[in-house]
Order: sequence, then C-alpha cells, then structure tokens
Amino acid sequence: MPDPVLQVEDLSISFTSGGVSADVVRDLSVTLDGGRTLAVVGESGSGKTITGRAIMQLLPQAASARGRIVVAGREMLSADERELRRARGSDVAMVFQDSMSALSPYLDIGAHIAQAVRLHDRSVSRRAARLRAVEMLERVGIPEPADAVRRFPHEFSGGMRQRAVIAMALVNRPALLIADEPTTALDVTVQAQILALLRELQQEFGMAMLLISHDFGVVASAADDVLVLYAGREAEYGSLRDIFEHPAHPYTAGLRGATPRLDARLDSNGERTRLRAIPGAPTSLRDAGAGCAFAPRCALADRVGERCVVEVPLPTLRTASTDGGVHRAACHLDRLPTLEEVAR
Amino acid sequence: MSITEIEQAEGRRSSVLRRFLRRKSGVAGLVMLVVPLVAGLCAPLLVRLEGQDPHTFHTDLLDPDGGRPLGALGGVSADHWLGVVPVTGIDLFAQIVYGIRSSLFIAFGASILAIVVAAVLGTAMGYFGGWLNAVGGRLIDFMFGFPGLMFVIAIMAIVPPEMPRGLVLVLVLAFFGWTVPARIIGAQASAINARAFVEAARATGAPASQIIRREMLPHLFGLVVVLFAMSLPANVSVVAGLSFLGVGLRGDVPDLGKLLSDSLPWIYSGADVWYMLFPGAVVFLIVFGATLAGDALRDVLDVRTEDAA
Repeated sequence: MPDPVLQVEDLSISFTSGGVSADVVRDLSVTLDGGRTLAVVGESGSGKTITGRAIMQLLPQAASARGRIVVAGREMLSADERELRRARGSDVAMVFQDSMSALSPYLDIGAHIAQAVRLHDRSVSRRAARLRAVEMLERVGIPEPADAVRRFPHEFSGGMRQRAVIAMALVNRPALLIADEPTTALDVTVQAQILALLRELQQEFGMAMLLISHDFGVVASAADDVLVLYAGREAEYGSLRDIFEHPAHPYTAGLRGATPRLDARLDSNGERTRLRAIPGAPTSLRDAGAGCAFAPRCALADRVGERCVVEVPLPTLRTASTDGGVHRAACHLDRLPTLEEVAR
Repeated sequence: MSITEIEQAEGRRSSVLRRFLRRKSGVAGLVMLVVPLVAGLCAPLLVRLEGQDPHTFHTDLLDPDGGRPLGALGGVSADHWLGVVPVTGIDLFAQIVYGIRSSLFIAFGASILAIVVAAVLGTAMGYFGGWLNAVGGRLIDFMFGFPGLMFVIAIMAIVPPEMPRGLVLVLVLAFFGWTVPARIIGAQASAINARAFVEAARATGAPASQIIRREMLPHLFGLVVVLFAMSLPANVSVVAGLSFLGVGLRGDVPDLGKLLSDSLPWIYSGADVWYMLFPGAVVFLIVFGATLAGDALRDVLDVRTEDAA
C-alpha cells in the first residue's frame, strides 16, 4: 500500500494569550489516502478550521502545534519556512470559504493563477504562466477563459470566483487539497456544481481532499470518510455510511437528528419527525477538564454513569462497521445510541 | 468586500483623476500649489524675464529718508513686479521666487523622506507584527512624547555653521515627521495582512517579499500619497516658521520665512506693508492650496468619504 498523502498523529494545538493557554485541538490522529475525501465536521469552535491551518502551517502567531503532520512525505511541523513555502501550493493547497476575500481586488484572475505557477517553477515565463492560467480556467469550467483571465475578482459571480479559487489552488497539482467550507458562501445550486467539480478534479488528479464543513448535506454528497470533532477532540471517525447510518457517538447521532432530510420518516403517530436540537451550547475550551467534553449536553451520560464526568473517552474501534472500514468513536457507551435516545 | 471597494477597484485606473477634477476645492488648491511651485522651479528664468536678480541693490528706488520704497504698493513697477525690499532695494519678486524654491525644496525633501521611512517601517510592522510591531509602536509613542518643534528649534540653533542648513533641516523635519504616518500605515498594513487574500497568497507558497509587494502595497499606495500630500503644507509652514524665528536658513539664501521676519519692523511702523503682504500671500497660497488638494485627494482615494456621485 502506498504511503498516505496526509498523516496526522497526536496533533494538539494550543493558543496562548496573556500567559494563559487553551488547547483547541487535542490528540488528533488521522490518515488520508490519495483519491479519498475526508470530511471534517463539527460546530463553530470545534477546531476544524485550525486543523486545516495547522496542516498548511498557517497558524496564527498565538497558536502552536505539537504532534506530527506529514504531507506527501514531508514533516510539516519541523519544516523550515523555505521548505514550507515549497510545500504550500504544490504539495498541499487550500480553497477558502469566501472567494471574494480570498482574491486580491487589485490583481486580475490570471495574475493570481500565474503567480501560483511561477512561485513553484521559476523557469515558466510570464507568458507561459498566463497560458497555464487560461488552460486551468477552462478546466474548472469558466466560459471564455482567454477573456476571463483579464477580469478582476469583482467582475465574477460567486460561483465563477470559487471556480477561479479552485483553479488557483489546483494549478500545481497538489497531492492534498484542503477545502475550508468551499460552498458555504454559495447558493444551493452553485454548491452542487462546485462540489461536483471538486469531485471530478479529485478523480482526475488523484488527490486527497480534506473537506471542512458543518453542512451534512455537503458532507453526504462529497465525502468518503467523516471525522466528527467535538471541542477539539475526535468524537467519531468512520466511513460516510457508518457515520450516517450507525453513528456510535451520541453527538453524531444528535447532529443527524438536527439535520433536515427530504426522506424524513414518519413517526408512530404518522407525523413528520421534528428536527431535534442538541441542548446546551458548545463546551467552552477553558472548562474542558476531566471527563467527556460532551457529557453536560449528552442525554446518555446518566445511563453510563460517573465515568463520563471523570474519564476522558478515547477513540476506540467499533465492531459494527458496515463496510469493513475503520470506525472509531470516543464514547464510554458500549453500544450504538438510537436517534430517539439522544433527543430529550 | 464592500460595494464601495468593488467600485473603487473597478474605477481605480481611470477615474481617480476624474473624481479629483470634479472637486472644485481640490482643483483650486492644486492651482494654488502648482503656480508658486512652478514659479519656484523656474525662478532663474522668471527673474531673467523680469530683468532683475535677487542680489542687486537699487538704492535709487528708495526714499533716502528711512529707506522706504518709493511709489505705490511698495514700489511695484514694470521693472520690479512686486516692488523692492526696503533699505536695500533688492527686487522683491526675485527674492520671493527664489525663496519659494528653497522653502519648497526643503519641505518636499522632508516630506518624502518622512513618508518613505513611515511606509517602510509601517508596512514591516503591519506585516511581521509581533515584537517588531511592539517595538515600533513603543518607539512611535516615545517620539510622540517629544515636544518636536522645541527640539527642531534647539537643534537648528546649535547646528555648526559649516554644515549645510538646508540638508540639516530636511533631516530634522523628517526625523520628527515620520511617526504619525508610520502609525497610520502600520495600522492599515496590519488590517490588510489579516485579510483572506493575503492568507490565500501564503497558502500558494508566496514569500514575504512577494506578499508585501503584490498584495499589500497596492492597497497602501493611496494612503501613502494622501499622507504625503497632507504633510507637505505642514512642512512648508514649519520651514517658514523656523526661518521666521531665525533658526532656519541663514546667509544670503532667499527664504519666505526670512522675508517675513525681516518685514516685521516695516509692518509695525506701517512704513511698507507690502514687504510682508507679498511673501505672506505666497506662503498662505502654498499651505492653503496644498491642504485643499490633500483633503480632496484623501476624499477621492478613501472610499469611505466618497460622495454618491
């Protein structure tokens, strides 16, 4: 088996401010092979975006990462700035949520892409880089690419801009693409187009994709595997099917119950099931101490008992995987929770 | 990104000049600034055209009793367009245009130097942040604490006579002039540095030099131009003020501030009001014009104050 494109081992990220430090990501381990898509889901503040930034080594100054991150054979945490610059954009690239702010208003679309080309291959002439930009724009489905390279970001629609951002990220054929909420700022029809485009390019280039999202619809249509984060820790990891159909963590099950579905089943009274919110607010990182961070909001914590509040649950393998993949959950409950149970 | 920013990016190349020209006060200011500026630049030419020079005494044009210029408006005539200087009879027009030359050269030099230092330091502070920003910020605070003008006066008073006073003035004014622009540019640069497209550039592997040059400087350019335009009139009046106080230019270099200073006794006695009025009007024109033009330029380049038109 070839080495995985992305290997994260025991990654912890902490923020330090005014002498106080808080862990935003703890003991995260995950691997991702070429051609596969891993969706990282979780609510705001669960650490999904900062994990993506850590892989690129684009952390804010106040943040520091420990553990191990290997991208295409390169140790990212110990790499110097020069090596990181070589890796960014060519080994690992990023697509951002807001395409308008991810493009400089003073540079035309072609300049953005040509710049990315020439950063990693100085032998390419300016002219040749512009031509590569035109090719790439055509590849991402922008009509009249020869004309589009000369346009400025504000002249594009949101969907076109996101295509341009994808072209900029993929022009150097990265082994890993980090897509941080790539469709959140787009409307639903365009979302589907962009996801389809990402899937298509992924197949073509054989690249691995880390899809950061909080939208289960997006995850369901694009991901092979899913990593659920809660308060900076892995709550559950498994194939898309395991996560959606046999969630092993009450949090994942709760998220499923809180997601609107077109195929919603009718309950015993013949009524459509209502969406169930998970009670409480996301756990403050400063409060996280002993025990499971989700315990205060968990409907099943009292069934397991004291263990939930005194012992941090570690990700353990679940036997119930339906498709033979790895299925881990960090929960003391020794069986799968049902959707009815998790909603109070 | 806001609508105004989009419009700004869209219309940037063609319409900054057009929008500036729509502002009557800005155009008026520009004329008030440019006419004396051109006069100063072409001083030797204009003086030759007038048929005079800034050194020759014309005692025949003076009232032998007291040295007051003969004739109306301080001796204005076809030969002496703005009259002559009392006691010596030197041509006042020649003195003024040469005076503009030295005043504006010093003011321009000091403003350019101060803004360049401010732009380099401010951009670096904004981009690199961290300790550089902390140290730079404290240095600026420290400089704010100085009574700048007092210091300039004190320094100019002890400059050894063999040093070129014009150059010393440029350096001293720049030394006290870079702080405010550096703080403003630094704040703007750090705001730009936090924008997503800078991170996007970093995510494609761009080095610091390229991010500063291609992503940040275009955003800072307008601000730098405006800060320059606003520091210019301040420096013109400070140069004139220093010469007025006797610590500016010395010797026989013509200077607007020195003319004003020399004219004081004549306006106290009412003997020759024009000796002060002509150079005073020129200083007023330059400072007022540069201020108007700077304000208009700021409004044109700053989308937040842009009018609906």
